[in-house]
Amino acid sequence: MKLSRIASWFTFSLGTLFFFLPLLATFEFSLRARRGVYSFDAYQSVLSDPQFRETFIYSIVMALFTIVIGLAIVTPTAFWVRLKLPKLRPYVEFITLLPLVIPPIVIVFGYIRLYNTSSWLPLTGTVTGTNILLMFGYATLSLPYLYRAVDTGLRTIDIRTLTEAAQSLGAGWTTIILRLILPNVLVALLSGAFLTFAIVIGEYVLAALLDRPAFGPYMVWMGGNKAYEPAALAVIAFAITWACMALIQLLTRFSRHAKAPT
Amino acid sequence: MTYMKLEGLQKSFGKTRVVEHFDLDIGKGEFISLLGPSGCGKTTILRMVAGFESPTAGHISIEGQDITPLRPSQRNIGLVFQSYALFPNLTVAQNVAFGLKVARQKQSVIDQRVADMLALIGLPKLGDRYPYELSGGQQQRVALARALAVRPRVLLLDEPLSALDAKIRVSLRREIRDIQRELGITTIFVTHDQEEALSISDRVVVMNQGRADQVGEPHVIYNHPTTRFVANFVGTLNTFEAVVKDERKGVVTLGDVDLQLTRGALANSKNDKIGLAIRPEGLMLGRQKAPAVTLQATIEDVQFLGSVIRLRAKVVGQSISLDTFNRNNVAPPAIGSVVDVSLHPKDLILLQDSDFT
Repeated sequence: MKLSRIASWFTFSLGTLFFFLPLLATFEFSLRARRGVYSFDAYQSVLSDPQFRETFIYSIVMALFTIVIGLAIVTPTAFWVRLKLPKLRPYVEFITLLPLVIPPIVIVFGYIRLYNTSSWLPLTGTVTGTNILLMFGYATLSLPYLYRAVDTGLRTIDIRTLTEAAQSLGAGWTTIILRLILPNVLVALLSGAFLTFAIVIGEYVLAALLDRPAFGPYMVWMGGNKAYEPAALAVIAFAITWACMALIQLLTRFSRHAKAPT
Repeated sequence: MTYMKLEGLQKSFGKTRVVEHFDLDIGKGEFISLLGPSGCGKTTILRMVAGFESPTAGHISIEGQDITPLRPSQRNIGLVFQSYALFPNLTVAQNVAFGLKVARQKQSVIDQRVADMLALIGLPKLGDRYPYELSGGQQQRVALARALAVRPRVLLLDEPLSALDAKIRVSLRREIRDIQRELGITTIFVTHDQEEALSISDRVVVMNQGRADQVGEPHVIYNHPTTRFVANFVGTLNTFEAVVKDERKGVVTLGDVDLQLTRGALANSKNDKIGLAIRPEGLMLGRQKAPAVTLQATIEDVQFLGSVIRLRAKVVGQSISLDTFNRNNVAPPAIGSVVDVSLHPKDLILLQDSDFT
C-alpha cells in the first residue's frame, strides 16, 4: 500500500474517532442508568416525562411555523433578487448573515424592548403574541442557512429563461413560483427546512428569555438536574438530526428531475 | 398585406443605444431572419417583441393591435430559446401542455393538442420522458412543440440551433421551416449564422449596430448587398477600390484596367473613388473572352479542399479569394506564381455606403 494511501486512511480514522468517540461515550453513559447493567432506563425516563413531550411537541410546532414563514419570506426574496435585482445580491447576503454576527441575546432584548406590554405592539402581553415573536426570532436565526440553501437551489436552474419561457406561455407570477420554481428547488427548500428544524429544536436563548416551554430550555434544565437523562436526550437529538439528513439524501436521490439538463 | 409592424423601435440601456429607429413590416406567414454579429441588437428586438424589454421609443403591433404596453403573458407570442428552457420538473407531455393548462383548456383538448404536437415534431412516443432524458435536438423539438401548442400569433426563435452540433443543426432547421410552412405561422428567427438565415428565410434583415442595414430576400442580400458591412458579413467578398474615370459612361479604372460598369451605375457617385466587390465565384482562373477583363494575380496561398481549390492571391494590391474546381490532370498553381484572373464587370457589386471618401 502506498504511503499516501496509508496517510489518507490514518487521517480518516483519526477524524472518525474524533467525531464518534464522544458520541459513543455519551451513548454508553446513557445506558448506565441501572447499576451494573446496560439498560434503556434513561430513555424510558425521558420519553415518559410529560414535560419532554410537551416541550418537544411545542418546539416541533414552532419549527413547522418557522419553516413556513421563513420559506414564505426567503423564497420570493431570493427569486426576485436573482431575477430582477442581481446588483442587490451582496447587500441581501450581508443582511442574511447578520444573525450570525449579532448574538441572540441582543435580538431577544431588542424584541422585548420593542414589543413589551407598554409598546405600540404589545406582543409579549399574550401567549400567542409571544409565540409569534419567538417564531419570528427563530426565522431570523435560521435566515443565514435558509437563504443560502434556497439561493444555492436557485443557482442550479436558469430561472431567468425558465421564467421567460413560462411568461411567453401565458403564466403569471403565482403559477411560475408554485408550478416551476418551487418544484425545481424543492430539495434545496427541504434542506433549508431541515436546517431550520434542527436550529429551532436546540435553541435556548430566545425561548428561555421569552419564557416559552420549548425543548432547548428543557434540555438545559435536564442537564442541570439529572445524570443519565441528558446523555439520552443528546443521543435522541443526534438521531433526529441524522434522520433529517437521511431524509434530505433520500429526497435528492428520488428527485427524478434533479439531474441537470444536458 | 402587413400582419405585424415594428415601427420606429429604439432601445437604450443607460447611455448605450442598442437599437436605433428600427422599422419592419412583416406579412402573415412570413419567415423573417434577423441576421447580424453579436451585440448588433437582434436579440433585443426579439425580446421587445416578446415583451421582456420595453422599447425606449416606438411601437409593435399585430393585426393593427398595439401590443407594446402588454405584458409578455398577454401577447400570445411563442418563444423558443437557445438553451431550450424546458421545465425540468415536467415530462415532455407536461411541458407541451403547460401553456394550455395555464389557459384552462379542457383536458380532452389538451390531450389531443399534445398528441398532435408530439406527432408534428416526430416524437409521438416520448411524452413520458423528462427533459434530461432527451438529446439536445429532441429537447429543442419539444421546446418548439411547447411554443406552438398554444397557437401563438407569432413565433420567435432566438438562435434555437446554436447549441446543437452541425449535422443536427442542418436537419432541424429544415424541420423548423417545414413546420412553419405547414402551420403558416409568422416567424421571426434570430441568428448570427448567415447560412442558416439565407437557407430558410423568406426575407433577411441584416443588422449592424442597432440598425437594419438591408432588408431583402436571401438571394438579393447575397447578390446585391447595398453596404460594405452587408457585403462583408454575408458570404465571402473581395473588395476593391476603383477610380471613377467617366461618370456618365460608367467607366472606372482598377489598377491599369478600365472596367465598363452598367450605364448610370455611377450616377449617384459623389466621389472620385468607389468601392467594388465581387464574390469568389465571380472570379475565374485564366484568361476569358471579352467582355470579361483579365487582371494579373500573384498566388499567396493554396488550400486543396477536394473538389474545390481555394486560392488567395494579390490583385491590384488587394488580397482576394477565389475558388476553382479541381481537375485531375491540372496541378493547382504554385505559391508565388503569377496567374491571370478574369471577371465579368456585370458581376461586380457597387458598394454605396459612405466608407469611400
